Amino acid sequence: MSASALSVRNMVVAFDDFLALDDVSIDVREGESFGIVGESGSGKSTLLRAIAGLNSFESGSLTVAGTSYRGQTRSKDFYRTVQMVFQDPYGSLHPRQTVDRLLLEPLAIHGFTDVDVRIARALDEVGLGSGFRFRYSHQLSGGQRQRIAIARALILEPKILLLDEPTSALDASIQAEILNLLEQARKDRGLTFVMVSHDLGVISHMCERLTVMRKGKVVETVSVDALENRAFSEDYTRALLVASEGFRRD
Amino acid sequence: MSKLLTVDDLRVSFPTRTGQVDAVRGVSFTLGKERLGIVGESGSGKSQTGRAIMGLTPGHAKISAKTLAFDGIDLLSASASQRRALRGKRVAMILQDPKYSLNPVMTIGRQIIETLRTHENVSMKEGRARALAMLEAVQIRDPERVFDLYPHEVSGGMGQRVMIAMMLVCGPELLIADEPTSALDVTVQLEVLAILDKLVSERGMGLIFISHDLRLVSSFCDRVIVMYGGRVVEELPSANLAEAKHPYTQGLLNCLPTIGTHRHPLPVLERKPEWAL
Ligand SMILES: Nc1ncnc2c1ncn2[C@@H]1O[C@H](COP(=O)(O)OP(=O)(O)O)[C@@H](O)[C@H]1O
Ligand SMILES: Nc1ncnc2c1ncn2[C@@H]1O[C@H](COP(=O)(O)OP(=O)(O)O)[C@@H](O)[C@H]1O
Ligand SMILES: [Mg+2]
Ligand SMILES: [Mg+2]
Repeated sequence: MSASALSVRNMVVAFDDFLALDDVSIDVREGESFGIVGESGSGKSTLLRAIAGLNSFESGSLTVAGTSYRGQTRSKDFYRTVQMVFQDPYGSLHPRQTVDRLLLEPLAIHGFTDVDVRIARALDEVGLGSGFRFRYSHQLSGGQRQRIAIARALILEPKILLLDEPTSALDASIQAEILNLLEQARKDRGLTFVMVSHDLGVISHMCERLTVMRKGKVVETVSVDALENRAFSEDYTRALLVASEGFRRD
Repeated sequence: MSKLLTVDDLRVSFPTRTGQVDAVRGVSFTLGKERLGIVGESGSGKSQTGRAIMGLTPGHAKISAKTLAFDGIDLLSASASQRRALRGKRVAMILQDPKYSLNPVMTIGRQIIETLRTHENVSMKEGRARALAMLEAVQIRDPERVFDLYPHEVSGGMGQRVMIAMMLVCGPELLIADEPTSALDVTVQLEVLAILDKLVSERGMGLIFISHDLRLVSSFCDRVIVMYGGRVVEELPSANLAEAKHPYTQGLLNCLPTIGTHRHPLPVLERKPEWAL
């Protein structure tokens, strides 16, 4: 078994009295693509945000690539290892910034000097030519914005990508393109993915294992093989699986 | 089958600063007491088609059709008051997000009664009874309690059931549901669809179900229209979806990741300029 990329143990996140994460544990291996599914409000985004240091956590532990983290404190090094891509590229990319500025920012923060080469390479990798470099993000389609968000996440050459519903706001045909792009990047760079989606079809396509969440708790963690062979134990997992097959008249 | 609705060569366009946007470009179909799905990617003209039938096309838009008729009534020549009378009473529309369609400062029960009283001469007492019966019909367990709640006090799934109750309380003959469950979780989505399905078949309504989700639409509707760039590129019975002929329909079906199939990379849609001609 390969080494642990990321380990969350007994994590608790509270907003006032409300437990958004209630004793959540996941273990993601190096190079693995790990999925998280569950209904809205189940705590999927909160989990990714707590890992990324965007939310604090009350108790439990977080270990990423051998280093332990607490609260919201993350070193600069952490962001060289872990990057996040959000659902809504409209919200996560400043509309009045050029693509160039958006890609330059992380490079500047981390003191890179070969910025031109890196920006050109990043745009190329996400299938957008250098012609996009000086466009404003509000001039881009949803799919193009998500490509920029991915380029921005990859430009620091992280090891782990946290993907929060990266294709949920996109049309099916654009979703397929973005999923293919993510898979290619993972293959080329040996990345580890932690991917959140409400769509079991997307998770089973992209991941090897997944955790089902509900109301801030882990329902169960199963392999995608087990999911496909109905070899899981929880009714809720079955309900999600049945629902993903569409409407049935009986 | 008698035709409840006839749409022939419907066109809707918007004048904009950068020129005219043709949102709907010659859409034709007919509908009886059946479930018709309209699918297509965002911007393909689905909502504008539905809104044109409802008479909710924005005032500055241009609308034309060879025929746009509901139960023999020519909708384009009908007066504003005739159309208002049809809307809500005989033709109703459910939108994706109940938050935009429900009045935030009026209790749910009150809103349903008001809708009813706009179209029918009923007493408050009868209105209340019918509103409660309708809330029960959409499987709200505790209708008396929900009756007195405000829209923000109910969940998304419950809000959508309330919307359905409000839209069906006058017993419309045609219901247009525009992405009615897209904002809901998959399991809740199916519960809401089951309610809609039951009401449509019990009451013998015609239903136009608009969605971007081809798989969901085909599992729910009898017939599917596929739109691309403001036009209908294909129309087929849901059962024959696998035999779709148009490359866009085929592409839409193939690009979806499904459980148990392993296609890496996923096939992507190769758009052809001639599809939009
Ligand atoms: N900053 C916050 N303050 C208060 N409640 C929050 C906050 N962030 C999330 N929540 C609540 O925590 C729960 C889990 O939210 P989230 O992680 O976004 O769910 P998911 O991503 O699974 O849809 C929800 O009930 C949400 O309303
Ligand atoms: N008020 C408007 N002004 C200009 N263009 C509009 C307006 N409303 C809709 N459109 C355009 O009409 C086309 C079809 O829109 P719509 O029917 O909402 O698509 P769909 O519901 O399939 O996503 C889109 O290209 C959209 O940009
Ligand atoms: Mg979320
Ligand atoms: Mg629409």
